[in-house]
Amino acid sequence: MSSLPALLVAAPLLGSVLALLAGLVRSETGWPVALVTAAVQVAGAGVLASRAFDGTVSYVVGGFTAPFGIELVVDGLSATIALLVAVVSLAVLAYSRVAGPRTNAFYAVYLLLVAGLTGMSITGDVFNMYVFLEITGLAAYALVASGEGGRSARAALKYLIVGTVGASLFLLGIGYAFVATGTLNMADLSTQLAAVGYTEPLVQAAFALLVVGLFVKVAVFPLHAWQPDAYAGSPDSVSALISALVSTVAAYALIRIVFTVFTVDFLQANPVARSLLVAGAIVSIVFGSVLAVSQTEIKRMLAYSSVSQFGLVVGAVAVANETALIGATVHLVGHAVMKGGLFLTAGLIATATGAQTVDDYEGLIQRLPLGAGAFGLLALAMVGVPPAVGFVGKWYIALGAVEAAAWPLAVVILLSTLLTLAYFARILERMFFRDASGERVAVDGVSPGMTGVVVAAALAAVVLGMLAFEYGQLLEPTVQALLS
Amino acid sequence: MIDLLATRGYFLVAFLLMGVGTYMLIGSPNLIKKVIGMNVFQTGIFLFFISSAFVQGASPPLLSAPAPYVSPLPHVLILTAIVVGVSLTAVALGLIVRVYDEYGSLREGEIREVAADE
Repeated sequence: MSSLPALLVAAPLLGSVLALLAGLVRSETGWPVALVTAAVQVAGAGVLASRAFDGTVSYVVGGFTAPFGIELVVDGLSATIALLVAVVSLAVLAYSRVAGPRTNAFYAVYLLLVAGLTGMSITGDVFNMYVFLEITGLAAYALVASGEGGRSARAALKYLIVGTVGASLFLLGIGYAFVATGTLNMADLSTQLAAVGYTEPLVQAAFALLVVGLFVKVAVFPLHAWQPDAYAGSPDSVSALISALVSTVAAYALIRIVFTVFTVDFLQANPVARSLLVAGAIVSIVFGSVLAVSQTEIKRMLAYSSVSQFGLVVGAVAVANETALIGATVHLVGHAVMKGGLFLTAGLIATATGAQTVDDYEGLIQRLPLGAGAFGLLALAMVGVPPAVGFVGKWYIALGAVEAAAWPLAVVILLSTLLTLAYFARILERMFFRDASGERVAVDGVSPGMTGVVVAAALAAVVLGMLAFEYGQLLEPTVQALLS
Repeated sequence: MIDLLATRGYFLVAFLLMGVGTYMLIGSPNLIKKVIGMNVFQTGIFLFFISSAFVQGASPPLLSAPAPYVSPLPHVLILTAIVVGVSLTAVALGLIVRVYDEYGSLREGEIREVAADE
């Protein structure tokens, strides 16, 4: 039995404490500690992923055998998410060395967030998932508040209150499932819930509470209200990190809860449950895009774009077939790279030129060709232009919806490409085809690290797209196990 | 109906608390009271777990005690959840201190006015 899964959670926790202690000796020493920890994390997650695709890796915490104790279970899906968390957190670190915030406390909380996210993606126990969800939440609230001024504090407080309600509903859902079955282990819950009966009101209520609680965390419309403020109010490196990872891991948790705990049979026995997911998906895709079009601030627009993109993932969960789930995973990874990259590019552009609104982006290609190019590339990838990764994710999800004959959803998913184009086209047109209106004061402070990460994200969005079909085949056994 | 309510009194109180908490959380314009509402809401959930573990006349799960036993698991879960709740309250109050320093008010409407003037 390998203890790698447990070490993967313990390493960032240890790093977090070290970063805080290093701050007592000398200030601004958090970054190297965080860098080493993130590098170790990437290596660990890489090794784990290479093993998990051969067969599920599990670890029993403290020797209390499942279903009584806490079990960590890593299959291809969890390993993918854990690796994504590690890689993105390392990349954002490279960006944040100069862009800041530079305090040790910031890096301590940063690593705490990594620990929470990794824990959520590899745990096999629902209550353990709640605890990691709250660790993730607490760290995210503190990170959002690390910006200057009252705006970030207000955004963080709103995020905290709404997020806590979501997590509490999740906890109540766990309570219902526990009362119905007397177990908390995911694998055990799936058999016990089937024995209790999928049409029991207690089981149905547990599903509704768990899913709605996670909807808050994923930021599905109309439970998204915390998200634009939180993304727009936090420092650039933080908005990139949380937009790329926090909702992504919550969406992963949704997939876990729906398919590992409740299984496809539950969805078949309860058409209402599926309608809940379909409704969340359609409303999110449409209203997220409409709200994105009406924004003037770039970061708020990107935030609403996330609401709409996560609608696609929820839609894939509702479709519940193999193709759609592979699409959901590809889109989760792709969205993390593209949206994280877009936030970092927006931060780079704001640092270099001071441009923060859609109108400020006029003629950006003349002022900052690199920034405009990267933003344009990532935006087109997000729209779903082949061969970028955004295309592959949407292709699989749409194909899945057609295979399942879920026509209304299929139409909305195809429409979502146009909607995404609607809000990115405004910016693309301003950046490339208009002249800059008046001279603006050049603010400079762009580091090689910032440029490097932005270019890497833009390239990754294209390269991942080419690898995504092979990855889809690799993921097939995992998804088949998830659906059986 | 009355019978049902009488035997499930604990659940009734737990859900009443959740309702009161949610109402405070949404309805009160005062930020501190919102956090108190959040705490009341969570307390309702804690009570739900604890009352679900109650068994009439049962003893603690010790080898020396006679059966039937009470399941210790919900109590352990709620201990964890209480710790989470305390940390959340601490972070929330810390943020409220910062908001108060910045805007000089704890009332939602006034804060929004000051923020709009900026």
